[in-house]
This record gives sequence, structure tokens and C-alpha cells, in this order.
Amino acid sequence: MQPILKVYGLGKEYLIGSLEGSESTIRGALTRAFRSPLRALRGGGTERIWALRDVSFDAMPGDVIGVLGKNGAGKSTLLKILSRITEPTNGRVELYGRVGCLLEVGTGFHQELTGRENVYLNGAILGMRKADIARQFDEIVAFAEVEKFIDTPVKRYSSGMYLRLAFAVAAFLESEILLVDEVLAVGDAAFQKRCLGKMRDVSASGRTVLFVSHNMAAIESLCTRCLYISNGRAEGLGVPHEVIGRYLSAEAMPRAAAMSLESHPNRQARSEVLMRSLLLTGDGARSAAAIRMGGGLSIEVKYRSDQRAFSPVLGLVIKNNYGLSVFGINNRIVPGFQFETLSREGTITIHLRDLPLMPDTYSVDLHFGDPYFDYDVIYDATTFEVLTSDVFGNGKLPGAECGPIFWPASWTYSPAPQ
Amino acid sequence: MAELVTLPDRPILVLQPGKGWASLDLPAVWEHRELLYFLTLRDIKLRYKQTSLGVIWAIIQPLFPMIVFTLFFGRLAKMPSDGVPYAIFAYAGLLPWTYFANAVGNSAASVVGSSSLVTKVYFPRMIIPGAAVLAALVDFVIAFGLLAVLMAWYRIPIHSTLVMLPLLIVLETTLALGVGMFFSALTVKYRDVRHALPFLLQIWMFVTPIIFPSSIVPPRWRLILALNPLMGVVENFRAALFGQPFHWKELAFSTAMALLLLVFAAYSFRRMERTFADSI
Repeated sequence: MQPILKVYGLGKEYLIGSLEGSESTIRGALTRAFRSPLRALRGGGTERIWALRDVSFDAMPGDVIGVLGKNGAGKSTLLKILSRITEPTNGRVELYGRVGCLLEVGTGFHQELTGRENVYLNGAILGMRKADIARQFDEIVAFAEVEKFIDTPVKRYSSGMYLRLAFAVAAFLESEILLVDEVLAVGDAAFQKRCLGKMRDVSASGRTVLFVSHNMAAIESLCTRCLYISNGRAEGLGVPHEVIGRYLSAEAMPRAAAMSLESHPNRQARSEVLMRSLLLTGDGARSAAAIRMGGGLSIEVKYRSDQRAFSPVLGLVIKNNYGLSVFGINNRIVPGFQFETLSREGTITIHLRDLPLMPDTYSVDLHFGDPYFDYDVIYDATTFEVLTSDVFGNGKLPGAECGPIFWPASWTYSPAPQ
Repeated sequence: MAELVTLPDRPILVLQPGKGWASLDLPAVWEHRELLYFLTLRDIKLRYKQTSLGVIWAIIQPLFPMIVFTLFFGRLAKMPSDGVPYAIFAYAGLLPWTYFANAVGNSAASVVGSSSLVTKVYFPRMIIPGAAVLAALVDFVIAFGLLAVLMAWYRIPIHSTLVMLPLLIVLETTLALGVGMFFSALTVKYRDVRHALPFLLQIWMFVTPIIFPSSIVPPRWRLILALNPLMGVVENFRAALFGQPFHWKELAFSTAMALLLLVFAAYSFRRMERTFADSI
């Protein structure tokens, strides 16, 4: 089969600049022209950065490609080039189908216009024909569930209704290639599920989707392939599971993964300084301050005491974003982990397997001591993040309102005899 | 399923860095003509939303200056007005002028004002200033209604020269589109235009025979005045209304200038358009 989209060595250079303020006024242009005529003519004198560099890939009809990367990695620049909003600085893109582009939902929506007027305007902006919009109008409105308010100005809509209507128009876009940027970050959970369903239909009908998102669960359940962009370069293209793993280990907040504890601001007042450094390790022995739902986390603490030798005890309390303790554990209370060998210096590691934590940022209190007493306590010593993952394999997750824990379960059922 | 998709042998679109002058890509503009319609409609609907006078503003805009000019120039300064009452003489000049000034002003601001569209979705950018000009044309048509009333009031007979009016309106639209489109692209890079344009338009108004007849201008100055392409429009607009002889030379010059300006503006626009999303 032949690719519907070919990207060769795509690059985009932006001028950023020291001369920012004066850059876009005639006076600025004139002063520069007087000071250094040649440079001004060549447009020099500003700093340049490559937002995208040497990116190449193909997409087949029916492919759903998830695009991963940190903020500022170049994901949106890639979509903007593919959708013709901006020109590449070098490279080449060949498109064998029409491109529909959703960098945001509701582009061109205007508060003062009614739902009906906005549907037509937004549809036309997205490149739909008036006749096509009219044909699908009832479906669009039904999908958005705003039948009663379709002739009301959208400024009277709730934010949910507004987003549903905006997405609904886009969902009926009939281009062969669809570029989607983070639209699923909006709307309530039920609506997000419908959007995911709609995107599955889109790819099932043989169309191609490029999908930028931070929602790993959505990417993993929807995408056939993943493209990972870092600092403007394509760092990986392949099976979502593998690429997501690489992305998480490479990018997710490496700053907090390893740290010194010598002078931690949150150390309890009367603590002795015993814990010296901390290292967080995810599955696969990668140092990471972010793990995926259901993944493992190891917390390694190096200690040193100048006064005495320890039979070390390391405990922790994991707290969620609101400071609520989710659980705590230490090797004083768990049989089999009492270490007899005394030492003034050493490394002790807690291994947490298959953490059933919901996506959120969690903080860690560290308690270090011996079998009788905690000598060194650091509250909120570090934080780690749990990232969305498709733990049930169907793109669905419990709602956030269910609490900080998800728990694997099974069901039995015995219907009453008829 | 996926196998059903048949792809064209050649890419329907190739994206690569552009150099120098770009083609106008008018087929793409034609393909998006419905968008032009919807954007114009939006402009018109929004302009008078939540105003209590609504579209009456379209009439007030040329009407109030007419009253002021009639008092000061017509009554006090006894400005000659080529044999028609000064009030209607002024209105017949202010009407095309208001259209031109609004069309140029709105379209010059239109691209920057649509930054949320420009950075989020692609369509031929020319549509944006185009819609702004068309929306101003609708105001013009409404304000023209008052002109008809005034003509009846002053018992000005209907002349066969009226058939020239649609042609003159097309000519003025061409001129406004050229000027407006050029400034709309320039505003993206140089926001100074926003501040400079009102001055330019003010001066432009005074070098155009709006509140005075060109007949009071000495012949040797007339030639310089005729370099203003709007002069051919306004002069002939009045001639058509009041059944006076047409100023053919000025008309020919205006037409040539309007076309030249439009072509120049369109190519400049296409050239500057490349960096719109990056610099807006």
C-alpha cells in the first residue's frame, strides 16, 4: 500500500530575538538599516532556533499516529506545517489526500453568534461546504446534545455545551487526513469517551489521523503507531507501547529523579542529617520521577552517619496532590526485611511493585532510622508523577472522583433462574 | 476498510519552503468562496449586535458629517456645489468616501484581528481582508437608501447616467480591496500601520473632492489632484447621480490604477502571507 502522507527531512527555523521589541516597527527596521545596512537586508542580527529539524516519516491510510513530546518539543510546529498554517524552512511534504486540521476546537466560534451560525461559520473555516454542513446539521447538533439551544448565542452556553458543539462540527470533517492537537484535553469524561469513539470510527473508515496528546491512555488505545519528538527531532517511530516507554524514561521530569538530601528545606527540625541522596527508579531500571499507572517505583536512599552504625529502617508516606496520605510503609513492620548488619554508611531501597495509583502528582515523606526510632525525617522530600496508561486495555479508566487508587477486580455473576 | 482507499498517483499538495513571489492561487480562493460569504455575514451580524440603533449606524456615519459640512461649508463658507444643493452634493461625496474609508480601515485591521484563525487553521488568507471590504459594501448599500430619499426630497430627476453606478461601485471596491489588502499584510509585520492609517485616510479625504467640487481647483493643480485614484470614482459618482457629463480621463486613470494596485497588493500579500502565522 502507498503512503498518504510523506514527510522528508522537514525543518522549521524560527527567529527569536534579542531585537524583539524593535523588530516589528518601521522605526526598528529603519534604525537597523542605518546601523548595519547589509545585515538588515539579510534579516540577520536575531537569534535562530530550530523548532523542528530533519523529521521524516510516512503515514498509511488508516494509520493513527500519536505524536508525543514535551511542551515545546515541536509537535505543534509539525502539525502547523502539515496543515499549511506555516511554511517549512526546509524539507518537503507530499500529501495524497485533503487535510483537515483541528489545532483547537471551535476555531472562529464567536460568542455573540448563535449555535447554528457558529456551526456554519466554523464548518466553512474548517473547509467544509455549506451543502455538506446543511446535510449533516441535525447529526452535528444531536452529537453535541444542544438541540434546544441551537438558536441561542453561544455566550449563553455552559462551557461543556460550547465544547461539545465545537467538537461536533470538527467530528464531521470529511478529510482524508486529520490533524488533531490536544482536543481531548477538554470536556467532561463522558464526552471525552465519545470523542475517542468518534476518532476510532474515523480511522476505521480508512482515514489517517495524526494525534498530539499528553493523554497516554488515549494514545495507547487509539494509535497504531507513535512518533516521539524531542527538541525538534524525531526520536522514535514505532509501536505505541515501546515509544511511550522511551518517552517517559527520557523526558518526564528528570530533575526530580535524583537529588541530594544533604540540606533539604523540608527536613524535620530535630532530625539528624543522615539521608544523603535520593534516587527514584521506574520499571526497567530507568531513573524517572514519572511512572505509568500500574508501574513500579523504587526509592533508593544513601545514608551516612559519623556517630554510629545502623541497622537501617526506611519508611515512606505517599501523599496525593491535596496532601492526603494514600499509604505508608516501613521495614520495621514488614517481616523479613530487618537488616542485621550494622553499618555507618550504606544504600537502602524500597521497591514498590505495580502501584495502583491514579494519574496525579504524589509527594513522598521519608523516614529514616533504626528498629526503634526515626532519626531523620523529611516531609515532601520529592514528588513523582503517575501518568495515564491504558491499564485495562480499552482506553477506559475510573473517574478521578473515585479516589486516588484503582484496583484490579474480577466479577462473578449468577442470574436468577428464569 | 483501509483497502478501499484509493490514492491519487501524484500528491495533491506538496509543501516546501517558498521563495520569492508566490502565485496568487486564485482557484483556492474560489474554492473557499463560501467562507468569504460566512465571514462577511459574521462581520455584518457582529457589527451591530447589542447596539440599540443597529444598522441605522450605517446611515449615521455619512449623514452626520453631511450635516456638519452643510452648515459650515454650505451655509457659512458658501462653497459652490456644481448646481445641486450642497447637502446632497456633500452626501453624494461622503457616501462613496465612507465606504472607501471603512473598507480600507476594516480590512487593514482584519488579518491581525483574526489572529486566532490565522494561527489555527489554513485557508487562503486573502479571504480575510476580502470579507472586511464586502461587509463595508453592505453598509454602503444601506446608506445608499438615504441618498435615494434625499434625491426624492430635493426633486433631483432620474438620469440615464445612473447605469454607470454599479460599474463605479465595482471600481471603488477594487480600489479599496487593493489598498486594504496591502495594508492588512503590512499591519501584521508593522503595527505602526494601525496608527498611521487614520492620518493617511484623513489627508486622503481632503485631497479628494468630497466636500468641495473639483471645479474650484485651479487647472494646474487639477492634474496633481487627479493622481488620486479615488477622484475618478467620486467625481463620476456625482456625475452619474446628477446627470452631469462624465470625467472619462479620470475614470480611465482610476480604473488603471485600481487594477494595478490590486495586482500589486495581491502579490505582496501572498509574499508576506508566508510569515503571518509566525509573526502575528
